[in-house]
Amino acid sequence: MSSAIRATDWRVATVAAIASETPRAATLTLDVPGWAGHRAGQHVDVRLTAEDGYRAQRSYSIASAPGAPRPMLTVEELMDGEVSPWMVGVAREGDAFELRGPFGGWFVWDADEAVPLMLIAGGSGLVPLMSILRARRDAGSTVPARLLLSVREPDDVYYARELETIGAEVVITYTRRAPRGWGGYARRVDRALLRETALFGGRTYVCGSTPFVEVVAELLVALGEDPANVRTERFGSAAR
Amino acid sequence: MIVTRGFTRRRAADDRLPPGQYREDDFPVLSAGPTPHTPLDRWDLTVTGAVERELRFTWDELRALPVERPQVDIHCVTTWSKLDTHWAGVSVDALLEAARPRGGYVLAVCDGGYTTNLPLEDVTGGRAWIAYEFEGSPLAPEHGGPARLLVPHLYFWKSAKWVRGLVVRERDERGFWEELGYHDRGDPWLEQRYQGD
Repeated sequence: MSSAIRATDWRVATVAAIASETPRAATLTLDVPGWAGHRAGQHVDVRLTAEDGYRAQRSYSIASAPGAPRPMLTVEELMDGEVSPWMVGVAREGDAFELRGPFGGWFVWDADEAVPLMLIAGGSGLVPLMSILRARRDAGSTVPARLLLSVREPDDVYYARELETIGAEVVITYTRRAPRGWGGYARRVDRALLRETALFGGRTYVCGSTPFVEVVAELLVALGEDPANVRTERFGSAAR
Repeated sequence: MIVTRGFTRRRAADDRLPPGQYREDDFPVLSAGPTPHTPLDRWDLTVTGAVERELRFTWDELRALPVERPQVDIHCVTTWSKLDTHWAGVSVDALLEAARPRGGYVLAVCDGGYTTNLPLEDVTGGRAWIAYEFEGSPLAPEHGGPARLLVPHLYFWKSAKWVRGLVVRERDERGFWEELGYHDRGDPWLEQRYQGD
């Protein structure tokens, strides 16, 4: 067993493909030696080293389906970021950095779960929830599932085409600018919006910025959801 | 060592940062579920388990204990660190001395069901507090208010938000994140992020 790769071992990940998701975000498909899949919702740690030996380390959620042989990360470029500008603007096929994981055992969903699935994302908070939706699709799970996605404008929707065929109900609200002729929600998530769109009594996953998650989780509880059914993950920092 | 093409330093090195950490000036929030809100008139803090004397403090009783004002650096396992943070609270030493522990471990238990385990030596010797003020203001709910454990020399998930009890154990018993693969001790200078590190 001494040759087995453990999640905590650093490995060299090689960029196999890059696709632009939005003007500020890209999806990197990675070749990782010994990658054995992950649980939907988990993250990896990555470590980049500069020529002068300087290192920077960050955590990123995995976007791909659990069984994907090559994990995919979707990264949003952040102002004052250190690693994300490289991921989005500099990386190209064949580039390499260090990676370890997958990690995380709370903000995860397994396909044998039987309760309705409510996913609520703010912007790039969609990434780990997309892994959950892909897991559900690939497993043929029939649990009811709904995604509520809050974005500023149409350009900010990751995976837009795939969401059309993901097999879950997708509700989008645009907080700054809606598409022309849009008849759906066009405001920040509020109590009435959640009352109309949330699936209560199942399992709810909320991911986004700290204020977004704080507001959504509080409103869900105020609307009667059991806090034990609500799992949250926050992009705590603006500096990733 | 593998060098990543095109990646360059954007920040100055800082020897106050443990390996793998970067400096953050905001105060990010991480938690596993909704923020609990326990009214202060129903809040208490207990010290139970393997102790000679079980203790219970109401909010007013806790606030009547001697105040300490640590200035510390804090380090989150998600790789941000925040330097020179200012807190006010009660030393865990004061609580444990009164309870007289008979075990070597502590499990912190919290509103919302969160738990974390620590060796007794990490919460004694002037290194841990029950903190209720941050930067001169009452600790905000999303940051663990009304009171959180503060153990700044370990990764910050050990500084349990919404703490309501310290349970002294004779044997170590894993808490919430530790059960899910995070390190039992979590020393940032040894980069003990996950079980196996």
